[in-house]
Amino acid sequence: MREKVFARELKKGSAELLILSLLEHRERHGYEISKLIEQRSKGVLQFNVSSFYPLLYRLEERGFIAGRWVEKSGQRRRRYYRVTALGRAVLKEQRSAWADFVGAVNRIAGGEHA
Amino acid sequence: MPDWKREVREALGSAKVKAEAAREEAVVEELAQDLADRYRDLVLEGAEEEAALRRLRGDLRVPGFLMGLRPRLEGRCERGDTVAAGVNERERLLTGVQHDLRLGVRLLRFNLGFALVAILSLTLGIGANTAIFELLDAVLLRTLPVAAPEQLAEVKLIHAERIGNSVARQSILSSAQWQEIEKQQQAFSEIAAWSTENFNLGSGGEARYAKGLWVSGDFFNVLRLKPQVGRLLTKSDDAKGCGVRGVVLSNAFWQRELGGRSDVIGSTLLLNRLPFQILGITPASFSGLEAGFTFDVALPVCSEPTLHREEPYSNDGETWWLAAIGRLKPEWTVERATMQLNVVAPGIFAATLPSSYDAAAREHYLKFSFRVLQAATGVSDSKATFVTPLFVLLGISGLVLLVACGNLTNLMLARASAREREMALRVTLGASRGRLLRQTLVESLLLAMIGAVGGTALAQVLGTGLVSFISHGDDPLFLPLSLDWRVLFFTMGLAILTCLLFGIAPALQATRCDPGTVLKGGGRGFTSERQGLTLRRGLIVSQVTLSLVLLVGALLFVRTFRNLVSVNAGLQQDGVLVAGFNFSMPSIPVASRPQFKRDLLADVRAIPGVEVAAQAEIIPLSDSGWNRFIGIPELGISRKLVDFNAVSDRYFQTLDIPLLEGRDFEQSDTADSPAVAIVNEKFMREVLGGANPIGRTFRTRQPGGFPDKLWEIVGLVGDTKYRDIRGEFEPIIYVSESQGAGSDSQSTLLIRSGENVSALIASIKDTAQRINPEMVLNFSVLRTSVLRGLSRERLMATLSGFYGALAAVLAMVGIYGIGSYMVIQRRSEIGIRMAIGADKMSIVRMLLGDAMRLLGAGLVIGVVLVLGAGRLVQAMLYGVKVNDAVSLSLAVGALAVAAMCASLIPAARAAGVQPVEVLRGE
Repeated sequence: MREKVFARELKKGSAELLILSLLEHRERHGYEISKLIEQRSKGVLQFNVSSFYPLLYRLEERGFIAGRWVEKSGQRRRRYYRVTALGRAVLKEQRSAWADFVGAVNRIAGGEHA
Repeated sequence: MPDWKREVREALGSAKVKAEAAREEAVVEELAQDLADRYRDLVLEGAEEEAALRRLRGDLRVPGFLMGLRPRLEGRCERGDTVAAGVNERERLLTGVQHDLRLGVRLLRFNLGFALVAILSLTLGIGANTAIFELLDAVLLRTLPVAAPEQLAEVKLIHAERIGNSVARQSILSSAQWQEIEKQQQAFSEIAAWSTENFNLGSGGEARYAKGLWVSGDFFNVLRLKPQVGRLLTKSDDAKGCGVRGVVLSNAFWQRELGGRSDVIGSTLLLNRLPFQILGITPASFSGLEAGFTFDVALPVCSEPTLHREEPYSNDGETWWLAAIGRLKPEWTVERATMQLNVVAPGIFAATLPSSYDAAAREHYLKFSFRVLQAATGVSDSKATFVTPLFVLLGISGLVLLVACGNLTNLMLARASAREREMALRVTLGASRGRLLRQTLVESLLLAMIGAVGGTALAQVLGTGLVSFISHGDDPLFLPLSLDWRVLFFTMGLAILTCLLFGIAPALQATRCDPGTVLKGGGRGFTSERQGLTLRRGLIVSQVTLSLVLLVGALLFVRTFRNLVSVNAGLQQDGVLVAGFNFSMPSIPVASRPQFKRDLLADVRAIPGVEVAAQAEIIPLSDSGWNRFIGIPELGISRKLVDFNAVSDRYFQTLDIPLLEGRDFEQSDTADSPAVAIVNEKFMREVLGGANPIGRTFRTRQPGGFPDKLWEIVGLVGDTKYRDIRGEFEPIIYVSESQGAGSDSQSTLLIRSGENVSALIASIKDTAQRINPEMVLNFSVLRTSVLRGLSRERLMATLSGFYGALAAVLAMVGIYGIGSYMVIQRRSEIGIRMAIGADKMSIVRMLLGDAMRLLGAGLVIGVVLVLGAGRLVQAMLYGVKVNDAVSLSLAVGALAVAAMCASLIPAARAAGVQPVEVLRGE
């Protein structure tokens, strides 16, 4: 149980970074993002509809990402998201903060090798 | 495959979220797609359909999910979020305005008719307001173009009854008073006196006048003016007894008369035939101290006794001719200055008491006091004359603008209905309400701004027109209108206010739509519903109200003017030429003047075509007067002030004043025969208690302690107005001109002739040339002068008449518009009514009844307003009361008839509706 809570908090803390990273180079729709997170984390990180969309929308309302409806021939229209300039700045910041954080945690929790 | 949209909607439905329809729809669509994809993948990965369904449904019901979606659904941002360009609402306030403007321009171009009507009404409305404000600005608000104008202050004399001669526009002080003030005041670092007088530039024949300023030595120093060329007058130029010395010219006069040549400095200028040396030119920006007046030449006060050799103002304690202006010392306020002057006032008045005053006059004089007033914007009597009418006109044009705004609002509301589908679509596509509101407001603002630019341009033309309208031909009002920051600020403010007035309601209306209803409803959307109609009907009521107020006002002012033009002044105004002759030149010795005058009159009477001519001291209705105290001891009257006039024989005949009893003056009434007088009926009634005046006597006090002079009344004439056509009939005493001293240097003749005026003037000039070529002449036509004196009333009548009619037309257009609109809206209702048996008349009656209810409401409120607010203009009316039943009923009747016509057209169109066609369309 304790482990689960810890994992959930970690997921929450990193979710913004994950979404922004996945949108860094191309537009994607919501399901594509959550599917990619699941695949690339080899199933460690999973988002269901109820946890993912509020997050996504919050990012959009805060101006980090921007969504638009795109129609492709033969498909239903879907909402695609891209990172805004502001989002890029935030991503850069979060990335280095995350690296610092992980490094710091590793240095302490990873065992005393030195 | 489950219906995921339904699933999501159900999940959302359980939360009490006030979602915007468009937003909710988008979220539902996106989530449903996601869920459908997940479901497909789960099943492909081998999950059982039922289990996959259960799992995903479970996801939708996770606690906190709906809370998380709430901001999205409600379309609001979380507080403290970062602001991003183009996305966050707060930032959007201005981004994209350029786009809105472009769209606005395009929309206006598509609706050219609408745009033209809107821009035209706004241009007219804003232009009229700006023009009047420009005038107010020039008269009231603009400061003098001198250094630190806020330090300037003028000295006024507060007095009750004041006996003496007022000879200039600013007749405040006598020379003696001015000298005492200059000596005893402490509030001003510099103080100067000044006055106005016209000087003749010619040397004979018809006079040509330069507008002159008398100034004391420190005048230009007080104003801190620097000469443009040469030098200005200084203290050393204004030494007592200076005689004919220097003159300073205004820039305008220098340019106009002397071609702006700088070599004129040092040369001489003839004024009243005396050679003055030109010292310098004032700066171009300076045109005097009085708003509405300018000057050509400025002479030192010390030269005055030389110009008025016979009766110098400077030596007479009863001639009020100077005004004082000074620069307050630092730390001194006008209140403190007033106090200081009033501390020394008793001494000043005691030292300057005119010797000829009797006890009562002395008592009054010693009670006079001073008041110091701010003079940063100059001093002016035209302020008093025109400020109230200008404010009233500003109010009137403001109301017209309001009526025009009412029409624009209605037009915009109609357009808003037409654009509902557009708005609904844009909401569906994700536009926020604020964004749409902004778009519609930008369109209104665009109209208002175009109107403001047009209005500003129009105001320049209108303003100049207004100035020439209230100007006298021979003494034009000098009011240079300029677009200073106050005027621009006013116009911009007006434009924004106008935009909000006519733009905000339609904008709110247009964006308040519920896209679902609108897009489904086949064009019948929100504004056609009750609320929109109520607003539009309210607008019509207020338009009718305002139009009624304006129309009644217009009628009152028009009737005032007509009353004054046609008022019975008791005398013949038409066809009377007033000819002034000045013979102050040395070639006619003082002793021979009485004879000269008699000969002059005889010569003029002998001119072919002259029917009758007479001489008069005071020209009636010319705003000049002469009054004296009389006493009638046997009636217990010891000191009564009565208007006087000294006239020659045949004066009453010339002006068609009936001689009711006794006789006219005769050649035999001379300085040596007993003094005789003729009185009017009012004198008989008011002073003599209605008794026959013939043979009665009265006394006048003589100056210098001589015994009272006794006059015998020999005739009774009809009543006439004296100074002013607006005044009441007052008691008048006429004395014989030939019994006076007769030694003054001018003579004014009233001439009636069958000839036309210009031919008559030419003959008189010839006669004068023959008698003495040096004589200076001037001419005016009595009726023209009287009408000129009514310029204020003429201005009010013309402008308020025009505005009243304009407002009425606008209101009628409004009534017609809403009538037509309602016929379109109620087409199907009308069709059904007719199909089930209503005849055409009942349809017309129904629609007319509706229009009449609006009209009735507007008229009732309007009448109440007129009766309530009318007191404000009562002082400007003549011979008509604010609650004048005729004007009120005329205005009500006119509006009712016009409104009837305006609503009859759409009603008739409604009656022509074919029920079959309408019902087929349903």
